[in-house]
Amino acid sequence: MDLAFTDLQDALRAQARGFLEATPEPGWEGLAELGWTGASVAEEHGGAGLSFLEEAVIHEEAGRALLHAPLWSTSCVLPFLPAEDQAEVAAGRASWTLALGPLVPDLDTATHVAVPGGDTVWELVGAEREMLPTNDATRPLGVVSGGEPGRALFSSDALPALRRRSLAILALEAVGVGTRALELAVAYVGERTQFGRPIGSYQAVSHPLADAYTELELARSLGWWAAWCVAEEDPQAAVATAAAGAEAAEAAVAACERAIQAHGGIGFTWEHVLHRLYKRALWIRSWETSPAQLRAEVAGELLDRGGT
Amino acid sequence: MDFRDTAEEARFREEVRAWLDENLPDELRGHRGGAARFDGPEVRAWSRALYDAGWSGISWPSAYGGRGLSPRFQAIYLEEEARAEAPPHIGVIGLGMAGPTIMAHGTDEQKARYLQPLLAADEIWCQGFSEPGAGSDLAGVRTSARLDGDRFVLDGQKVWSSYAHIADFCILLTRSDPASERHEGLTYMVVDMHSPGVEVRPLTQITGEAEFNEIFFANAEVPVENVLGEIGGGWGVAMTTLLHERGTLGFALVARLEVQMRKLIALASDRGASPTQRDAIAREWIQLQALRVTAYRSLTALERTGVPGPEGSILKLQWSEANQRVTALALDLLGPDAQLLPPNGPYGGYWAIQQLRSRGNTIEAGTSEILRSIVAERVLGLPRSR
Repeated sequence: MDLAFTDLQDALRAQARGFLEATPEPGWEGLAELGWTGASVAEEHGGAGLSFLEEAVIHEEAGRALLHAPLWSTSCVLPFLPAEDQAEVAAGRASWTLALGPLVPDLDTATHVAVPGGDTVWELVGAEREMLPTNDATRPLGVVSGGEPGRALFSSDALPALRRRSLAILALEAVGVGTRALELAVAYVGERTQFGRPIGSYQAVSHPLADAYTELELARSLGWWAAWCVAEEDPQAAVATAAAGAEAAEAAVAACERAIQAHGGIGFTWEHVLHRLYKRALWIRSWETSPAQLRAEVAGELLDRGGT
Repeated sequence: MDFRDTAEEARFREEVRAWLDENLPDELRGHRGGAARFDGPEVRAWSRALYDAGWSGISWPSAYGGRGLSPRFQAIYLEEEARAEAPPHIGVIGLGMAGPTIMAHGTDEQKARYLQPLLAADEIWCQGFSEPGAGSDLAGVRTSARLDGDRFVLDGQKVWSSYAHIADFCILLTRSDPASERHEGLTYMVVDMHSPGVEVRPLTQITGEAEFNEIFFANAEVPVENVLGEIGGGWGVAMTTLLHERGTLGFALVARLEVQMRKLIALASDRGASPTQRDAIAREWIQLQALRVTAYRSLTALERTGVPGPEGSILKLQWSEANQRVTALALDLLGPDAQLLPPNGPYGGYWAIQQLRSRGNTIEAGTSEILRSIVAERVLGLPRSR
């Protein structure tokens, strides 16, 4: 048992933090040049040949920075794509999103759309895209109409594994989002004074922030456990990703809400960044499977199948 | 990052498991499940057996009678001990608090005198910190220690002292300078509990059991060589004790919660659970996994840097609240049956007792209010509230 990050993982985190702070709206080619789009693509296809864990480090930072790029949606399908498509992603020429239901994320930025049909996931070609105004402008939802299945990409048997990747990534994104909201709140309540004292010295203010820290650290633990299970294809991956997905989404939403409350009126304004973090947290909580449904999956494993 | 045991860890875990399986007497298994006691002669004999088998002081330096292994082996032992529902070593206060404090601040004579009998369960320790007027605010300690030649004369009262009724020694925080205030003028000493002038009265708690005690000192004498650290330097020594209180303890707590969870799942299978109860059970299982991983994250930081990571400070806080929720959930599943005490209650009255006992979890070893303030001030760096 060793839960430390490697030097490479630490270096990747530092690189991602620095780059995303300096470059709020990087293009897909820029991300490819950093090696992020092909982090887990094999070296013979132009990738860095790293594991899902290194990718996960980048996703946690991307969440923190509210990256507006199809990094999550591409990562979900990436390892299942044909090798030449993986090479295109690594080179920064292609990105993907998956049309699982009527609402499709990242249609404004992803160059390709995959769609499940029968026992195969196909490339959708010739479809019209329509963007819908979305709470989180950095991950808008849209719809596709028309079009037809083009190339067969991979078997639908991969969809459960794809979903586990998605849940693990979104959990770590959520942890990144919530952590940044908490940092903003901590900084604010340390400076803002009322009744002659910094408001952070009042326990009615500080204890909810201590709770946010606690919930986020527990969610971070689950997020990394889930990511490791995905990377290792561990038998516990299904339950670990469900657990992480449920807990991290709720921790991030609660952290943002506590941060907004701690900021008072300014936290409720359009000009402050908090609402953007909050909207991403809400987006993640809403995506595909609600925390309650994820817990129902965990309960099924524990109570009906005698698992874990 | 690897969530699996290394080959060495797996071997050690298997060794612990096999030993416990072979040696743990049935009547001691699951001892907290009702009226069974934690302090009887059987537990003392059990503790001695642990020592003889090399399970006491796993991470203590070999110079002090330990095995000198890294803290992760101590953690593995504590996990397996809890999973087997074995009683902890009767010297928990000595092993977790007095011992590490003596190692850090004791003289060579003190180390030689106290550490080995402590490991062997030949001598039992208790802690005298809290007082009626000094709970969370430990610097309010008033128990007086008056220096008279080569001895201190003690007067005062301590409270919430587990094991004091069977203890041979107490680690005692006193005020040795009557004119001093707060953190100054405190002296930390080892008190022989069999000295004249030391009286122990058990306190019966809401479960009907008596785990802890009041200690009264009336002109009790303590030789000056029993001081740990410097006269007047007791605060710093006490902080060492409290730091160790939160050391690898997290693993034992998490593993105990794992056992509760297993019993809760069995209960839900026996009695059936509504959709809301299923949701609550899943939530608690998820929390448990989060605590387990967080304990290992903290241990990883401890081994790399020598100090537990900041995430470790949330373990006791979250464990205590989780244990309250899990035991309350069991009551919810049981309905009115849960109100029956041992021996008539289901599972021997286990859950009735466990739920009541859990209310102490957010008070003992740092109240949840104090722990939230520690997270706010020391981890998040927020301004002090006082």
